[in-house]
Amino acid sequence: MAFLTVQVNDVEHHLDLDTRTSLLDLLRERLRLTGSKKGCDHGQCGSCTVLVDGRRVNSCLLLAVACDGSQVTTVEGLAGGDGLHPVQEAFIEQDAFQCGYCTPGQLCSVVGMLDEGGPSAITEDLSTEPVLDAAEIRERMSGNLCRCGAYVNIVAAIEQAAGVAAPVAQAEAVR
Amino acid sequence: MRPFDYVRAGDGRQAVGLHEPGTMYLAGGTNLVDLMRLGVAEPDRLVDVGRLPYDRIEPVPDGGVRIGATVRNSDLGAHPDIRRRYPMLARAVLSGASGQVRNMATVGGNLLQRTRCGYFQDVSKPCNKRAPGTGCPAIPGEHHNLAIVGHSDSCVATHPSDMAVALTALDARVHVTGTGGDRVVPMPGLHRLPGTDPQRDTVLEPGELITTVELPAPPVGRSTYRKVRERASFAFALVSIAALLDIDSDGIVRECRLALGGVAHVPWRAARAEDALIGSVAGEEAYAAAADAELALARPLPRNAYKVALARNLITSTLRELAP
Repeated sequence: MAFLTVQVNDVEHHLDLDTRTSLLDLLRERLRLTGSKKGCDHGQCGSCTVLVDGRRVNSCLLLAVACDGSQVTTVEGLAGGDGLHPVQEAFIEQDAFQCGYCTPGQLCSVVGMLDEGGPSAITEDLSTEPVLDAAEIRERMSGNLCRCGAYVNIVAAIEQAAGVAAPVAQAEAVR
Repeated sequence: MRPFDYVRAGDGRQAVGLHEPGTMYLAGGTNLVDLMRLGVAEPDRLVDVGRLPYDRIEPVPDGGVRIGATVRNSDLGAHPDIRRRYPMLARAVLSGASGQVRNMATVGGNLLQRTRCGYFQDVSKPCNKRAPGTGCPAIPGEHHNLAIVGHSDSCVATHPSDMAVALTALDARVHVTGTGGDRVVPMPGLHRLPGTDPQRDTVLEPGELITTVELPAPPVGRSTYRKVRERASFAFALVSIAALLDIDSDGIVRECRLALGGVAHVPWRAARAEDALIGSVAGEEAYAAAADAELALARPLPRNAYKVALARNLITSTLRELAP
């Protein structure tokens, strides 16, 4: 057993828990925040993605005890109050999901990714800040799988949220 | 998962002091937590070294750079000096794993990650690396993505890191601390070939902790990292290459660095190819001769002979790309 303090969506929790508990299981089973999903439980699908201290991570691969003192944001806390986060709005406007199981992880991943900047593995010139075009988005989001294959609309939603495409024109082009 | 104690270390000395038989160091956990869930790793105690103050990237007076062991992969790949001065390293790091994993994974942990050989990760199967003496089912079985050089009758696993391939080409020096004091381990030299004891991936002693990776000033020349894999992103290398080439005004190769990933139990420095190239006239003939010199060492298995051709083509096409 171990004791930890963790802030989740701006609420502080003091918890006693088994050292084997993953952050994902803590969120879902103890705190009843079931937005974060368990897909593969091996860090390969991204459906458990949350933000820890502002960075996107796989909560299935994080031991909860290792998060002592951290700030965690899950899909439930993205908007920070009533209403929706702009990334959530873009996903709805662009119809960026089918079954929705991967969506909470996709949303958290996009919010983290948009804050990251810098080059990616496919950026031609490492000294530049690349434009977030569809290819860059796909590379940067490769840690989030969608079994429904909604990738085309997910990319459109991210382009909208990132401001690289006008919302209406993009939505029309996809339809 | 078996129960374990968890302790977070405040500094390196404390971490080493907390290490006893059955203890494992935990950093990003992207590989270790998964191996614990699979039953492959069963530590009694985890000493969390993920927040130790080895988190800086700083220049050193000789023109090199010092990279702390707890620097996250994402911070290393995004660092302006690394991108500008060591592009093969930035590219190697950026081509590994996913954005989420790179945010968690550390430099030290990346070097010490275990093979992704399917038999090693499946506790229902024999494996000399996981359970010494039980045999290697990969040799008669599924080995299409495993080693073509340096392997033994005991083990044909590959080291999965991209970052380590670039560090091997750049003559990195790995600083470690342990109960016996501090020492420096050169790359290549940190990882070891499987021989008859493939359970040992590296030359590190139990309890030794990586604190820093130091790079000498970058060699002059154009460099890159290329990776061939089964899908465009978030997959381990079938074959990868870290390469640097410098050609003088007479067209003679002045400097060359070549290291291969996905082909061996270690990040494979292609020293024979380098020796063949340096001093020769740059061009198709020299590139092919260099690749052939290195790959004369290859002993492919029935289902991974394709990697020999893949490595040859990757060496020659990458050198062609780097030539001005």
